[in-house]
Amino acid sequence: MTTSLSDPSQQHQRREHGLMLALVSPALLVILALIVLPVGWLAWQSIYHDGFTLENYRRVFTEDLYWRSFALTFEISLAVMVIALLLGYPVAYLANSVPKGWSILILSLVVLPFWTSVLVRAYAWLALLQRTGVINQFLRYLDVIGEPLALVHNVFGTVVATVHILLPFMVLPLYATMQKIPNDLMQAGASLGASPSLTFMRVFLPLSLPGVLAGCTMVFVLCLGFYITPELLGGGRTVMVSMLVSRNVELYNQFGAASAVAVVLLLCVLAIFFVVSRFISLDRVLGQK
Amino acid sequence: MTRTSPARIALYVISALVLVYLILPVLIIAPISFSSARFLTFPPPSFSLRWYQQYFSSTAWMQATQVTLTVAFLTVLIATPCGVAAAYAISQSKLRIMRLIHMALLLPLVVPIIITAVGIFFVYAKVGLVATMPGLVLANMMLGLPYVVISVLAGLQSFDPAQEMVARSLGMNRLRSFFAVTLPQIKSSVVAGGIFAFISAMDETIVALFISGGQYQPLTKRMFTALRDEIDPTIAAISTLMTAGSFMLVLVATARQKGSA
Repeated sequence: MTTSLSDPSQQHQRREHGLMLALVSPALLVILALIVLPVGWLAWQSIYHDGFTLENYRRVFTEDLYWRSFALTFEISLAVMVIALLLGYPVAYLANSVPKGWSILILSLVVLPFWTSVLVRAYAWLALLQRTGVINQFLRYLDVIGEPLALVHNVFGTVVATVHILLPFMVLPLYATMQKIPNDLMQAGASLGASPSLTFMRVFLPLSLPGVLAGCTMVFVLCLGFYITPELLGGGRTVMVSMLVSRNVELYNQFGAASAVAVVLLLCVLAIFFVVSRFISLDRVLGQK
Repeated sequence: MTRTSPARIALYVISALVLVYLILPVLIIAPISFSSARFLTFPPPSFSLRWYQQYFSSTAWMQATQVTLTVAFLTVLIATPCGVAAAYAISQSKLRIMRLIHMALLLPLVVPIIITAVGIFFVYAKVGLVATMPGLVLANMMLGLPYVVISVLAGLQSFDPAQEMVARSLGMNRLRSFFAVTLPQIKSSVVAGGIFAFISAMDETIVALFISGGQYQPLTKRMFTALRDEIDPTIAAISTLMTAGSFMLVLVATARQKGSA
């Protein structure tokens, strides 16, 4: 590291800068070639086809199929986010309030499925939820239901499996934020005569909100672009935006339309990150991945 | 806090149910893979290894496995040195543009993967990299880079660059002092980053769906196609093996990371 004290010579400084740029360049080149260029290509393709055209965007914003798909994607993402928050908050809270050994156990159980392939988990949910699956067989064995329930190949199955995949992204930032809330504050609240629920509502909950925001952002944004789970568990009727993109490419060869959908989706994601970055540092959101 | 109030009991019950929800799907696959039944029945009627036999005797599955392992190994071999060099430069340099470069290197985590996949497909189609091994490796390397960069940057945070300065003032050149002084101290985060890149390459499905084909189809692409058509318990056998494999890798990676902390 060059400090102005140890090295006043400008030439040395320039060599140092050159070396650092050289070190970073292989990684940067790959990123430029394989993500910046492709996304730029998509953007170009969405507005240019034998001349400039906004036809692709007109379709995205006016055609029913596209509208419905965007609306459905936002609805599913919102539902997944809220469910993940409701399920994740208690787990993070518990992990934060028990002795160290227990919290390690709880967090390991949370990240355990994290490291199982998304495909493997889609298979597992099919095995659990389908008409002849484990849950239906069990319920019929108990005589709770006569006919098997339609638990998969619909929105329900998609949401159940998606929440399962995204839950760790909610629990981890929540836990990290709760860890930083000093215990003294809760004790102070209690010593001032507040009931546990009041100290929770007035002290703990507000202080944990940055974690809530970080977790919700990650879950919502990841869900917006989800592909494998809705494709395998949605039964063809749950057409999320990602599937719109892939179908336009694979089935209909509508590259321009696919690109326009992709660009709109990307802009949504970037807009969300931008708004959230006004409130919390993005490192906090991305750091968990 | 330690008094067991009704709210506390509710907290235990809810958390326990959520944890069951989280691990049940992971646990359900192994018994299915050892079942003799052709269709999903639970509990399995009798123990059998036929799905494992099916997997190991199928040329298509074996070829796909070979592709996946080759891609994952090459990905780690290329992504790790590139990621380490980049992380080192980002942490040591005071150039203002490094902040921007740092953000650019995390782009693969920000851009929805389906968009990346379609974009790469269009670019590859132009340059003839669709359905090739180099194409697969490059794409996976790009996707794995952020894991190496994040992990190594975290490792470098606790490293004092003055140590490297000392080695250099004693006459070592820059490269030697890096390998002799810096690298041994961040070894654990390098290994952990490499393992995460490996797992990410093993698991990658969506980009492969678009850019792989012919004899260069990874396991995940074949699994995806198989899952879309019908549920074949062979996939349960493969899934069980994959899960066992990635758990072992994660155990190694986390043990390494703890060692460095």
